[in-house]
Formats: sequence, C-alpha cells, structure tokens
Amino acid sequence: MSDPLGGLLAAPPSIVAAGVEVFSTALRQQGVAVADVDWRPPSFGSPEDLAQLALDPRRAAANRVAVERVLAAGSVLVDVRPAREVLDLPDRVLLHSGPPLTWETASGPMRGALIGATLFEGWATDVEDAERVLAAGEIALDPCHHHRTVGPMAGVTSPSMWMWCLQDPATGGQAWCNLNEGLGKVLRMGAFNEEVLTRLAWMRDVLGPVLSAAVRSRPEPLDVKAILAQMLQMGDEGHNRNRAGSLMALRELSPAIVATKAPSSDIAEVLRFIGGNEHFYLNLGMPTAKLAMDAARGVPGSTMVTVLSRNGTEFGIQTAGTGDRWFTGPANTPVGLFLGDYGPEDANPDIGDSAIMEAYGVGGFSMAAAPAIVRFVGGSVPDALATTERMYQLTLTENPAMQIPIMGFRGSPTGIDVLKVARTGWLPQINTGMAGRVAGTGQVGAGLVQPPQQCFEQALAALAEESRAAV
Amino acid sequence: MTRKSLTAKGLSPVASRQVNDSQGVRHVSLRSGVYADSVRLMQVSRDIGARDGVRAVLVAMATPLNLELAAGMGLAPDGEAKPDQLLVALTATDDAELTAAVAAVEAALAHREKSGDVQTIPARTIGAGLADATIPALAIVSVPGPYAAAEAADAIAAGRSVLVFSDGVPVEQEIALKRAAHEAGVLVMGPDCGTAIVSGVALGFANVVRRGPVGLVAASGTGAQQVSCLLDAAGVGVSHVLGVGGRDLSEAVGGLATLDALAALDADPSTERVLLVSKPPAASVAARVREAADQLSVPVRSAVLSAEQPDLTAAVEALLNDLGVAVPEWPSRPGTADAVPDGAVLKGFYSGGTLADETMLIAAPVLGDIRSNTPLRPELDLGTDLRARGHVVVDFGDDALTVGRAHPMIDPTLRLEAISNLAASREPAVLLLDVVLGHGADPDPAYSLVPALQAAGLPAVVALVGTDGDPQGWSRQADALAEAGAAVFASNAAATRYALSLIGDGHE
Repeated sequence: MSDPLGGLLAAPPSIVAAGVEVFSTALRQQGVAVADVDWRPPSFGSPEDLAQLALDPRRAAANRVAVERVLAAGSVLVDVRPAREVLDLPDRVLLHSGPPLTWETASGPMRGALIGATLFEGWATDVEDAERVLAAGEIALDPCHHHRTVGPMAGVTSPSMWMWCLQDPATGGQAWCNLNEGLGKVLRMGAFNEEVLTRLAWMRDVLGPVLSAAVRSRPEPLDVKAILAQMLQMGDEGHNRNRAGSLMALRELSPAIVATKAPSSDIAEVLRFIGGNEHFYLNLGMPTAKLAMDAARGVPGSTMVTVLSRNGTEFGIQTAGTGDRWFTGPANTPVGLFLGDYGPEDANPDIGDSAIMEAYGVGGFSMAAAPAIVRFVGGSVPDALATTERMYQLTLTENPAMQIPIMGFRGSPTGIDVLKVARTGWLPQINTGMAGRVAGTGQVGAGLVQPPQQCFEQALAALAEESRAAV
Repeated sequence: MTRKSLTAKGLSPVASRQVNDSQGVRHVSLRSGVYADSVRLMQVSRDIGARDGVRAVLVAMATPLNLELAAGMGLAPDGEAKPDQLLVALTATDDAELTAAVAAVEAALAHREKSGDVQTIPARTIGAGLADATIPALAIVSVPGPYAAAEAADAIAAGRSVLVFSDGVPVEQEIALKRAAHEAGVLVMGPDCGTAIVSGVALGFANVVRRGPVGLVAASGTGAQQVSCLLDAAGVGVSHVLGVGGRDLSEAVGGLATLDALAALDADPSTERVLLVSKPPAASVAARVREAADQLSVPVRSAVLSAEQPDLTAAVEALLNDLGVAVPEWPSRPGTADAVPDGAVLKGFYSGGTLADETMLIAAPVLGDIRSNTPLRPELDLGTDLRARGHVVVDFGDDALTVGRAHPMIDPTLRLEAISNLAASREPAVLLLDVVLGHGADPDPAYSLVPALQAAGLPAVVALVGTDGDPQGWSRQADALAEAGAAVFASNAAATRYALSLIGDGHE
C-alpha cells in the first residue's frame, strides 16, 4: 500500500466539519482550509432509524442499482391506443391520480373529473346520476400508478380515452398516459361541462385515431426522452413549462399526421389543437419518467423515492426499497399565480401524478433550467438556481442525459433519497398546476408546492424496519 | 460656491457640478455611454429619493422632457446635453449626504439582477460538503452522538477518513462504522476522539509539536498529548497522531481502528517508529494488537498503561533509546511547598483521563487504595462524592462530569470549586493537578488556577502538558504556576512521584 488512507498521510488535508465550530476556528488559525457544514438535527426520523439506514451495508450498492436503472431507462413512443385495449380493465373502472382514494374522500376536482368521465363513457344519464353511481360504488376507482399509468391533475382515465404507449427500448418496460386536453376548463382540472365532454369526444373520434395512425406510420419510434433532454436546454423544466417540448413533439409528429388518410379539415384541427396546447408534451414526459422510476422498483435496501403523487386529498410516495407500499399524508395547497379573478381560496390541495417528473429529477428539481417558472411565486433567477442547488443535496445522482445549461450543464438532480430528505430538512420542490377546489371549475392557476413531511417520516420508519429485518 | 469633480467606476461624467447654497448641496452630472431603460431609472430615482438626506433627485436619460423636469427642479445641467446621456441630478442636505447619495446612484446603476450567480447553498451533510472538497480531505464530526453515525458514514462512502469527536455514539454503530471504513480503506478516528495530528494539521485538543519520524496511535487523547509533548521536548517530532477513540481497544470493538491505523502508519514513508498509547485495554485485544504489530515492518513500541507498565514517560524514554536520542532532563519548576503535614493525603484533580490513570497506577503501590470516579478497581468507585476524604483521584473529564458543560480543559469551573472545597475541609493534602495546553484548550489556564492555588494554600504539584510552541506557551504557564508556589513538571509521572515524595516526607 503506497498511498495509505487515500493520501491522507501524504499531505495536509482540507477539512469538512459538521458540529461545534471551535475546532474549525482552531484549524483556520493553523491556515487549514475548513468547510463548515450547515448541520442541523434531522427534521424527522428517530436517531436509531437514521443510523440503521445510514449504516445498512446494503444501502450504497442498492441505491447505486436503483439510480443506474433510472438513468439507463429510455423512452420511445411506440403506439397510441384506446385505454380499453391498453389497460385490459374490467368494465366500469376509472383510474385516477395519486394514492388510492374513495368517492367520499375525493376532492372537488377529482369528483368533477370522475363525474365527467362517467358521463363521457355513458355510464350515467346526467350529473346527478353520475354522482349517484359513483357514490354507490358502482364504478371502481383505482390509482393510475397501479397500472403502469400516470395521469396529470385528476388523472382520470376511462376506457374510451386514447393513451400514449411508451416503451423502454432497453428493458421492454411499458408506461402509458392519456392525451393532454389543453388548459382552462378541462376534465383533468375537474371541469365536466358540455365543452369538456365535446372536446373529449373529439379527442376520441378524431385526435386519437389520427395520432395513432401517424405514430404507427413513423419508420422509427419517436425518442421522447431525447425531447425531454432538449427541452431543458430551451427553458422548459418538463412539468409546469412544456412549451419547447410541445413544439418539438409537434414538429416530429406533423409529417406523419399530414400523411394520414384523415380529411384535411381534421388534420388542420389536430395540428391547431396540438399547436395551441403548451402542455401537450407533459403527457409524453410523464410516462417517460414513469418508465425510469418503475425500472427502479423493488431494490431491497434502496432509500430512493420511486413515486411522488397526489390525488387532491392525499400525497403519496413509494420507495425502491419498499415496493408498492404507499406512504401518505394530507396534500398541501400550492402557492402561486392565479388566472383571472381566482385567488388562493379557490385552489384545491395538490393533485396529479405529474410529480413523477420531480421524482425523475426534472420539474421543480430542474427549476434552474426554467427561471420563468419562479415568477409564479414572485421569485428571481437566483431563487431558481438555489432551488436546484438544494435539490442536489436531496438526491443520489446527477442525470447526465438531462443537463441544465445555467448550472454549467450539470446533470439534473435525480433520485430523491429519503434519508437525505430527513437529514437536510429540505422537502422536494414540485412545480404544479392548480385546480379549482369546487368540482367543475377547471384550472385556477399554477404554482409551487411541497409534499407533506409525513410521507417521508413513514417511509423512513418502514425502510428502517425492513433494514432491521434484513441485516 | 464649490466645484468638485466626481468620478466613479464604470461611469464617465462628461460634466458635473456640485453646488452648495441655502437650498442644500446639489450635484448635477451628465454621463455618456450609459443606458438604462426608463423603468429601471424610475426605480433608481425612487430608491435614492427615499434616502433621509436627499431632498430631490432625478436620474434619467437627458431627453428634452427630462431636461425640462430637471430645470423645473433647479437642477439643469451645464452645457449641451444629448438624449443618449444619463442625467444624474440631486439635492441633499449636506456634502456627506450628497456624496453618499451619488455613490448610491452609481451602485444602483451598476447593479444587475444576477443571472448566472448561484446563491451559496451551504452543504447540510458531510456528504454534500465532501462533494466539493479538495483531496486529501478529512471529515470532522462533532454533532450530537445519536446523529453522528450518518455523518461519519457519508465520509466513509466518499472514501474519506473521519474524526468523530462526538461521544454517546452507540458501540454497535462504532463497530459498523469501523468495519465499513476498513472495507473502504479509510480510518474512523473516534468516536470520542479529541486528539489527532494528521500531516501536521492539529485536530481537536492537540499540541504544537515538531514533525518527525514517530507515529502515534492513540486510544487516549491526553496520553497522546503527554507523549507527543515529551518527544518534542527531547527534540523528536511526530509524523502523525492517529486517535482511535477510547473504546477501540475494548473487547466489543476489538481494536478495529487501531489495527487499521497501525497498517496505515506502516505504509507511510514518513513514519519510522510507532508508539501505541492507550489506557489499560481488554487483554485479548491487547494480545491481538501486539500480534498484528509484530507483523509490521515499522517497529511498534507500546505505551499502553498497565500495573506492569504504569508510566508514559518511561515509554517515551525507551523509544528515545531506540532512536539513539539522549533522554533529556524533562522540564520542571521547583515548588515552594514547605512543610507537608503528617498524614497528608493525595488529591489528584485531573482533566485528562489517561493521566489520571497513570497517576493511580504509579501511586497505588506506594499509597495503597486510591478512590476515584474512574477507579482502578470497581470497589474504589467514588460515585459522585468528589469531597471524599483520603487518597482520591478525580477525572473531571469523565463523561458523567461533562454533561451539559464543556470539558475541563476548556472550562475549569468544576475543578476550581473542588480545590476550594478541599481547602475549606482542612484535610491535610497534597494537591496534584494536570494542566493540558495546546489547540482547543483554555487559552490561559494559569489565569484562573493561580489565584485558586494561592487561596487554597495547599502544597501543589502540576503536570503541565504542552510545548513552548503552544498558544499558551509551556514556559509562560510554568512560570506563572511556579510563582504561585506550585511545583511544575512536563512529565505527569515525574509530577506524581514528586507528590508522593512530599507525602512521604510528611510521613517522616
């Protein structure tokens, strides 16, 4: 051994210190470079649980496996098909965002979306009838996440809706998401009026078939992950800002759309619809993130978060080391900017599977790529950079495929570590849309939100318990 | 009327004027090559106008409209103004205010919303801190013991050694950390490691000693300080002092860090001799360490205290013989203790646990049983009764006495109180103290100790552990303590023997 202790005995070391400052002072007097850690007691977790996880000999390797799977996952668009075919569900099942919930516990916009989907499927004659059958439990509710699916906001997915079908070319993994309806009064925001149902019918009858034909006609499947990587270099963060991504998706799909046998008026309408929807790409980005996070499921000993998701009532997370188990807490209400006359009192608590983007390291985690987003809370460009800087301390790795130009092309902070969340006292930063709390309202704004700490408290305790049993 | 020319970094005034009259002082200037949009300039004007000493202000491009506004305020510029020039015009209460206000305008105009600069987000964990550290780097963890493992584990995961000063770390966590460190080829110094010197960098309580060929592996902080200071006095330096924590040589931990530290020093080209310093270890562990040490190419000498080998100074002297270095006369100052009364007892008030142990091991064969809060045998336990009569050695640095207060090497209060109580008790006694100098220790221990000794009026002997290079200075402290009548020794063993001789004299 020519270099004992990593060179420590060969030259005066620099010091990184956590704790009392008297040592640092004495070291500086010796002219030693000292970096003081801004240490504070962990914001949750018993000392025994924290130490159990910190010292679990499986942890480092397990987290390495988990993040390698996340980074290795690709995402290509292979098909567009009706949910009925893709999901192969029994009759009268609606998928929704977030952890499991019931009609009784569903918030306004979730109920609105469930009512709208029930009407759309013809399972009820009118709104009252829809409420009745839903309240009676005649329509089963199940989280999207249980079906390799994600859905923005209410995430309500019904058999007649068309879905993007994405595949990880490396592993063959699959993930699905319905088509984005645009902004304002839309089903995913809890609106269910005639305008909403008319649009859903058009998407079913025109948009879906055209996209399906176009996607199937492409010689090569569209590389959706590559678009996400480019978006980050163009001012998008892939959650609350999808402008560049939506235009790139349009650019890639347009020739095939035009070449379909659909009437030119339909093609024009399809192109106009996609071009007018700044969030068109979101429903492609989300299953891309889902593919990556699902790849890391079931890695014993890993403390990495695989799911961040909300149903409008509760926030739920899952971790790589605890399989399909949900850890939930009451969803917070986002803070941000409001459309028109809407104000904070109109906003529903946090809703949607779209926080899968943050789990994947984009969205709020890559805020620095999209400084325009911080204006939602009156923030400045340095605030955006600071947010991403903080998220680096919560995460296990940097995703070299998702580079943030202003951070010197550093990879996005990826793979939230439950242990680091506890130790830093910082919660994940999520960028999100805001739905009106009253069913039928639609979108009221957009802003920023964090998960409730309880989710991470439960996850930490469960991971520690699993660790004790295994080690 | 006075005229001044104001120039400022980044701006070039074409014409400026400063006027002092009954309306206050005025500054009017035109600057070329500066452009800012009107919203920005309105913000600047508003901010400057809000200053207490400013009466009127106009910072604007010199357009006809703005020139008209300036004229209306009595602040028209001299000479021809062009619309691409920036007009800075203001009135203030006095010269100082005016100068400050103009400077504030310059600063406001120079300010840009940061676009590329990142707010410094401080690292909150050792892991995050080490991500940016230069190599080689060492982590120091002194957070509350129950939380120390995660920070130390970060360092090990990053392939860096770590000194854990925290105490109260559960022993099973210590074992897990040291096993992981062994796997990673790094060292965990501690927990409860207060002293180390790594490549000349003194960590925690350590003395300013010369560098040289002797590497120390120390399960004892004050033991390492005593040994390194005596070596320094003999003109011999240390390569490194690697602390391993007081529990490392216990049965449970099994010397994990000691074995790794010995191996590291064996591989270190600057280390020619190794001295292992410890309180009495578990017998099985001592044997295992001895066995491992014998396999190394570097000669390892033991300064591990035991009834058979009670003397750190003797171990240092043996090492000096190994090196062919003459053993010097260890520094000392004679005391003024006159008559020691018959039946005087030994009262050893220590801040260093290993020094207290050494004193008991040396004194017990002479005096018989010595009671202590860290006794040689359990039945001699003092408990919490620091005022017990008879031969007593107290370790004020013991965990039970440092709860909620600083170590006695920093905070002398408890020990000074004990000295005063002893004097008040009128029990005939010889007072034996250690005073440990160096980084991290009381910057002037004699300052509080001298009056306490004078007030007590007891015969006093001090083991003064330190060097003249220490911030407190061995000689300065020794002289001050000797002035107060104490006999002072650089060697604790010598101090103890001198105290015993005083008691012996008293007996005769």
